[in-house]
Amino acid sequence: MAFFRQVFVIMAKDLRAEFRTKEAINASLSFALVVLLLFSFAFDPDEETIRAISGGLLWIVFAFAGTLLLNRSFARELNNDCLDALISAPIPGSALFLGKAFANFLLVLAVELVALPLFGIFYNVHWTSQFWQLMLVIVLTTWGMTVTGTIFSALTVNIRLREVMLPILNFPILIPALLAAMQLTSSLVAGKPITADSDSWLKMLIGFDVMYTSVSVFLVEIVLVS
Amino acid sequence: MTPPRPAVPGPRPPVSAVGVESVWKFYGDFPALKNVNLEAPPGACLALIGRNGAGKTTLLRTIAGFSRPGKGAITIFGTSPREAETRRLMGYIGHGISVYDELSALENLTLYGKLYGLPNPRAAALDWLERTGLERVKDGLVREFSRGMRQRLAVARAFLHEPNVLLLDEPFTALDDRAIAVLQRLLREALASGKTIVMSTHQLREALELATHVALLNRGQVAFDGPCTPEMVSDPGWVYARYGEG
Repeated sequence: MAFFRQVFVIMAKDLRAEFRTKEAINASLSFALVVLLLFSFAFDPDEETIRAISGGLLWIVFAFAGTLLLNRSFARELNNDCLDALISAPIPGSALFLGKAFANFLLVLAVELVALPLFGIFYNVHWTSQFWQLMLVIVLTTWGMTVTGTIFSALTVNIRLREVMLPILNFPILIPALLAAMQLTSSLVAGKPITADSDSWLKMLIGFDVMYTSVSVFLVEIVLVS
Repeated sequence: MTPPRPAVPGPRPPVSAVGVESVWKFYGDFPALKNVNLEAPPGACLALIGRNGAGKTTLLRTIAGFSRPGKGAITIFGTSPREAETRRLMGYIGHGISVYDELSALENLTLYGKLYGLPNPRAAALDWLERTGLERVKDGLVREFSRGMRQRLAVARAFLHEPNVLLLDEPFTALDDRAIAVLQRLLREALASGKTIVMSTHQLREALELATHVALLNRGQVAFDGPCTPEMVSDPGWVYARYGEG
C-alpha cells in the first residue's frame, strides 16, 4: 500500500503544480489547436480522404502536443534542485516514475479529449460512431506515449538541448505504437469497429504498453542516479 | 589433538555514521575524487573544507547517493546510501532549496512528510514551520517568499523527518542573519542529541565553531583529516596554511 500511496503523492504534487501555473498544459493545448486549424486551412480534402488520413493527422498532433507536456515532467524538478530532494527521499525510483507517468498521462489525455471534438468540427467528421473503441485506442496509445516520454524526460533532464532530444529519442521508439494507433483510429473514425482482422494492432498496442512500462520501471533507478 | 577454542565474542568494531572508503569519482576522464578515505563517527560534525573545485560538493553528493562512486564504497551506518531505510536516516541541504515555488510552505513540507512516511505529515510540517519562524506565512506560495524565508523553509525541509545524518553543502552561504541563527541553533541541538553532521563550507569560522573533525580536500584528494583543534578555531586559516596548496 505504501508504494501506491507514494505514487499518488507524486502524481498529486505534479498535477497541483501544473494546475497552479498551467504553463505546459496551455502550451500543449494551444499547439494542438493551432496545428489542427492550420491543417484544415492548408488542405481541402473530401470526406473520404479525411477519414483515410484522420488517424495520421490526429496522432501526429497528439504526439507533438504531448511532447510539450512530457518535456516539463522532469525539467520542473530542476528548479531549486527539487530532483535531489526526490532522489534522496526514501521512495523507490519506480514510485517516482509511475507517479510522474500517471500525472503526464492525465494531462496528455485532457489535451487529446479537448482536441478531438474540435477535430470533428474543423474537418466536419462524425467521429463518435465507435466512441468507446476509439477511447480504448486513445487511452492505450497515450499510456505508451507517456511511459516512453517520461523515462526519456528523466534521461534528458540534465542535457541542455533536452527540448530537442526528447522527441528525437522518443518518436523512433514510438513508431510501432503510433502505427497501430493511426491504423485503428482511421478505421474507427470511419465507423468501422475493431474486428478479428484489425485486432492485431490492438494487441500490438497492449504489448507495447506492457513492455515499455516494465522496462521503464526497471531502469528508472539507473537513469536517475548517475 | 587439542579441541578448537570456542570463539570469544570480542567488542564489535564501531560502525561509523558516514564511511568513505577509497572513493574515486570521474567526470569523463577527469577524476573529481581520488582515493578519498574519510570517516565520521556517530555524533561527530565533520567540516569538509577546500578551495573551489576541490571536490567537496561531489563528495557530499556521492555520500548522499545522488551519484555513484566510480570506485570505492560509501556507507551510512554500514549500509548503502541508496537503500530506502538509509535514505530515511539522511537529511540533505544542497545549493538549491529543494522546495516547489508553485506550492505553499505547508504543502511543500507536508509533501516531504508524506514521502518520508511520517505518521502525521501535516502536524510535523506545522511544527517545523513554527520552529523556523514561518508559521505566519504557511499558506503563502514559495515563489512569493523572500530569499531568507526560502532558506529557512529549506532548513525545515531537511530537518522535517529528524534525520540521524545531516549532509550540508555550503549551508551558511547566502543566508540572512536570522536564517544563520536558526540553522546554528538547529545544528547545535542536532549535535547535542547525537546526530552526525557532514558539511562543506567556505565559512570557516561558523563551521569550525561546530566541527569536531576537519577534512581538507585539495584537487580531489584528502590533504588533511583529523580532529578540530583549538588552533583551527582561533585561526580558521591555519589548516589551509599548514596543509593546503597555499
